[in-house]
Amino acid sequence: MKALRNLLDNIKPHVQKGGKFEKFHSTFDAFETLLFVPNHTNKNGVHVRDSIDMKRTMALVVKSLIPALLFGIWNTGYQHFLAMGVDASFWAEVGHGALKVLPIVIVSYGVGLGVEFIFAQYRGHEVQEGFLVSGMLIPLVLPVDVPLWMVAVATVFAVVIGKEVFGGTGMNIWNPALIARAFLFFAYPSKMSGDKVWISGLTNGEGVVDGFSGATSLGEAASGAAPSHSILESFIGMIPGSIGETSTLAILIGAAILIYTGIGSWKIMVSVFAGGYVMGLIFNLWGANALMQVDAIHHICLGGFAFGAVFMATDPVSATRTERGKWIYGFLIGFLAIMVRVFNPAYPEGVMLAILLMNTFAPLIDHYVVQGNIKRRLKRANVAA
Amino acid sequence: MSEVIKIKKGLDIQLAGKAEKVFGQTDLPELFAIRPTDFHGVIPKMAIKVGDKVKAGTVLFFDKNRPEIKFVSPVSGELTAVNRGERRKILEVVVKSDGTDDKEQFGAANAADLSKEQIVEKLQAAGLWSFIRKRPYDIIANASETPKAFFISGFDSAPLAPDMDFILSGQEAALQAGIDVIKQLCDNVHVGVQNDAASKVFNNLKGVKLHSFAGSHPAGNVGVQIHHAMPINKGEVVWVAQPQEIVAIGKLFTEGVYDASRIVVLAGSEVEKRAYYRTKLGASISTLVADNVKKDDTLRYISGNVLSGTQIEEDGYIGAYHSQVTVIPEGDYYEFMGWALPGFGKFSVSRTFFSWMCKKKEYRLDANMHGGLRSFVVSGQYDKVLPMDILPEFLFKAILVEDIDKMEQLGIYELAEEDVALCEFVCTSKQPLQATLRKGIDLMIKELS
Repeated sequence: MKALRNLLDNIKPHVQKGGKFEKFHSTFDAFETLLFVPNHTNKNGVHVRDSIDMKRTMALVVKSLIPALLFGIWNTGYQHFLAMGVDASFWAEVGHGALKVLPIVIVSYGVGLGVEFIFAQYRGHEVQEGFLVSGMLIPLVLPVDVPLWMVAVATVFAVVIGKEVFGGTGMNIWNPALIARAFLFFAYPSKMSGDKVWISGLTNGEGVVDGFSGATSLGEAASGAAPSHSILESFIGMIPGSIGETSTLAILIGAAILIYTGIGSWKIMVSVFAGGYVMGLIFNLWGANALMQVDAIHHICLGGFAFGAVFMATDPVSATRTERGKWIYGFLIGFLAIMVRVFNPAYPEGVMLAILLMNTFAPLIDHYVVQGNIKRRLKRANVAA
Repeated sequence: MSEVIKIKKGLDIQLAGKAEKVFGQTDLPELFAIRPTDFHGVIPKMAIKVGDKVKAGTVLFFDKNRPEIKFVSPVSGELTAVNRGERRKILEVVVKSDGTDDKEQFGAANAADLSKEQIVEKLQAAGLWSFIRKRPYDIIANASETPKAFFISGFDSAPLAPDMDFILSGQEAALQAGIDVIKQLCDNVHVGVQNDAASKVFNNLKGVKLHSFAGSHPAGNVGVQIHHAMPINKGEVVWVAQPQEIVAIGKLFTEGVYDASRIVVLAGSEVEKRAYYRTKLGASISTLVADNVKKDDTLRYISGNVLSGTQIEEDGYIGAYHSQVTVIPEGDYYEFMGWALPGFGKFSVSRTFFSWMCKKKEYRLDANMHGGLRSFVVSGQYDKVLPMDILPEFLFKAILVEDIDKMEQLGIYELAEEDVALCEFVCTSKQPLQATLRKGIDLMIKELS
């Protein structure tokens, strides 16, 4: 560690103002702060500060995504061998899954961080840690057979259009990971939806068992059949779907970590689930077609609903910032997600669209909460006057 | 006694180094200084020259814009230095004490016999007016304004803060005299007391309305107390002062002299003998900390508390409004992979460090920033530690874009820097919130005057 510190101290003068490699200051700074929490002390204000910082917060969100990632890796292998009709060991399944999923993760982080570094250097700022989480979210919401070049293009789109043009971390209106997903969904729909994309190898048609359909439960319901997977199977996640979204159980473990450490907003999570459940119940009462008849609880375990509720909707920058607003925001996300899903089966990704829509309306919700605060203050002044 | 007001939001930082309720013995230092920078908005103009002899109460400098507001010497001796900084800004006016306690005579008087204008004049001449501040803006009060109330916080809830009851025991008569003077200026005097402490001093005061508060810091902040007892609306003014300052006001009228005595607590994890010390306003801390602090790390000396105090040198001076000196480690070290390690000993409001598993009774915090400046990302942090009906993040953003109307609508009139100090403490993005608020307040003063 001492040697590392000395090495960094030796390089430092060259990357600071006036040094030969001044242009790489942001990059050097990013690596230095990755290895060492800086030695800056508080000036001009409080003298002591909470030990938490942005890196810690983002690292914790990534840690809470690990259960979903690990389950997704295993499930990818499991679904693949199931489709092939081949008996495989647990480790074979994990191995297959890892081989498919990890390259997507590597491309996502590599491309995303690269773009972030370039922008930070261009602006002369420190690299902010926003992409640490987005880089993990993007792979987890994609179908496993997505071509790597598409992942790269979508990541560039998400970072540049979804975040940097607004001013970088903390300034974006929409959730960058969902921007990536939406980009792919609308630009390359054949690769993002349908029956074949959710299981590794199906698009290539390699040796699939006769009559096997790779349809997700939502796809089945859309065609008028009841979902073939039970609620329990959907809850545990041994169903086809995007890499990280299938296991409600793994997602809930992540939710528990986020809520306990105080990083994720429980208000948003609870209200999204509540909104979705209410909409599901309304549709159950209506019951006009197979999609509507899907049990409200089952809806929550299907598709990207749970993943969106816990990891996407809770992104603090794109969500509402007021505590009261979070209830409204979350409820509407859940409500609209199930509505989109049922009314328009062509958009099974109702959650993604609902979240992006509510991201757009979040400032409006906040505006009204702020106005409420202002009016209370004015009323008090008028009463006193 | 009115009912107890429960302050539900806030945070008590369990800082190591609390002082026991005993008095320490130390000689008074040779040097004393008044820092014009302690008084927001004051542009000092010297009244005397270096080398002039002074008594306790002699005018050193006054406010250029309001010459009736004078600042006086705490001790008798000689004006030995005027330390300036950038652009010749006066940072410290230093007086060397001669050991005698020669005092200027202002004449004792019964406040009830004097008119309001006469009382104001007397306080201004003796340099005591600068201790009456106003809310909004937290600057020296304007004598031409009529306040709707005078509010005094009877306890300090900041980390390692002194026990006001302990400091004031024995000075009840002077305190009551001060209250009587204040009542001539503004009839409506309120005192906020701590619910669970047996506050004998304040319970026996005559002519004041008591408010009882229970809860964590910042329950002791006068701004928070005013918000819960009688919130300030646009156009209203409340005057505030601290208990020891009221005692000095009392003594001016009963004895006719400027008494600069203060009791100050020396606390902090790096102090060996932590105790209360009898000293005078503006004293150098050199005698307090000599051979009394741990010398293994670089140290940070703070006049005031760790949240809103001012950093001073090892031989620096106690601030005009402070009754506390805190010494903590500087913390200018690099920490390898600090953000990824379990952090068993790290203090955090979040539970992202494993310190929640083995909660320590008290923490030895240092001045390390623990990160770098970032944009606002996490939401809802500030609201948890600001016990007022204010949306802090929106107010800070309004200040940053200099939206005067929004700042007014969102409640900037009710805040002083000490009220948002905890918000700055918990901020994940390491934003300089107190400085931002001060910028906002200065902008309001400029635009609305």
